[in-house]
Amino acid sequence: MSPVLAQADEPFIRWDWIGRNIDNLWEATQEHIVLTVIAVGVGLVLSLALSVVALRWRKTYAPITWVTGVLYTIPSLALFAFLVPITGLTRLTAEIGLVSYTLLILIRNIVAGIDGVPESVLEAARGMGYTERRMFIDIQLPLAMPVIIAGVRIATVTTIGLVTITALIGQGGLGFFILRGLQFFSAIGTTQILAGTVLSVLLAVVADLALLGLEKALTPWTRRRAVV
Amino acid sequence: MEFLGDVVAWFLDPENWTGATGIPNRVWEHVQISVMATVAAAAVALPPALWLGHKRRGGFLAVATVNIGRAVPSFAIMALFLPISIRLGLGLGFWPTMLALFALALPPIFTNTYTAVRDVDPALVEAGRGMGMTDGEVLRGIEAPMASPVILAAIRISAVQVVATAPLAALVAWGGLGRYIVDGFAVQDNVRVLAGGILVAGLSVATELLLGAIEKRVVPKGLGRATEELAQPAHG
Repeated sequence: MSPVLAQADEPFIRWDWIGRNIDNLWEATQEHIVLTVIAVGVGLVLSLALSVVALRWRKTYAPITWVTGVLYTIPSLALFAFLVPITGLTRLTAEIGLVSYTLLILIRNIVAGIDGVPESVLEAARGMGYTERRMFIDIQLPLAMPVIIAGVRIATVTTIGLVTITALIGQGGLGFFILRGLQFFSAIGTTQILAGTVLSVLLAVVADLALLGLEKALTPWTRRRAVV
Repeated sequence: MEFLGDVVAWFLDPENWTGATGIPNRVWEHVQISVMATVAAAAVALPPALWLGHKRRGGFLAVATVNIGRAVPSFAIMALFLPISIRLGLGLGFWPTMLALFALALPPIFTNTYTAVRDVDPALVEAGRGMGMTDGEVLRGIEAPMASPVILAAIRISAVQVVATAPLAALVAWGGLGRYIVDGFAVQDNVRVLAGGILVAGLSVATELLLGAIEKRVVPKGLGRATEELAQPAHG
């Protein structure tokens, strides 16, 4: 082992680096949040649309989950490798990848949530003269909310983790520090990796709890389990 | 179109098929470390998962494992094991990669195995006990076979996840197929990047298909493959 690599007397974390880089860390955290919100937001809109199609025409559900399942299986680094020759090292490339990974989780939960609404409730609504469309918006969606939000929670936490990988294509929010930390074989490097990791995990936990709170606020009644 | 032609030419170039940087050696490095990490994870995760599932205890552990696995980015795990490995005197390349992939493979195997054993029909377990079976016999003779479709599916999920994440090992100076993508990004060689992407995606799909086929053959007749939704790891 070369002496450059072994600096056992050095501290594991250089707190002074963190002190000097608070502003940069905060900026990266904000970028991380923006990348995540766009990905989950766009993913949710697309998933709602595809779920409506799948619920309306049952035969399309299998092909839709098959295609989104294939997307989900492609390793992120490979997906970015496919996209970079077309869309370059841009935020668009990052978002296409991030959005495509949210679809399977979200669609499964939306469809399972809507399917889980008891038939008797729908019968009662029809008896009261609800049209299919009003019933979907006023009754099915709210009753499916716990399962849908459970899906959003998983998609959000997964996306926050994945954003770090987009550092490889020049994006990445907090992933920037993880990537750059790898280039120093010293406590400065370790500190950067740890700072990026801890903040990313913290972000995931906070987002998860916030969405849990949102779910409780939106659905004061029963709670169901997620699918994925 | 010219670009795709270049990619085809890259694959046809004999130079890319020989030596340490050739495709066969990169595939070998990739497969080798993925197999070792998955087997090690299964060996460590299965015994406690089977036992806790049998005892129907420790459910919080199963939930926590998957949630933590999801919240910690796989990229961060890979990166964090670099300084740890250096501190331990294990150096660059192989060990940080091995440890990170091992850590990534654990949660899905543990949690899905635990859940599958715990959820075996209590009537079957009762019947076994009524016949005088001991704890170990119930686990070996009833619970493990009943849970085997889910356990095998869990190992497949972990293996695919490991193969999909192993490309990041190029960042900690290990070889494998990630080298083409990471090095390609570094020198802005899109041909190499795309070729690497095709190889990585191909190997992931091949892993999925191969292990799926093994599952079909190994699972006891009458149980069928696991069709229920399993706890998925965060994405590679």
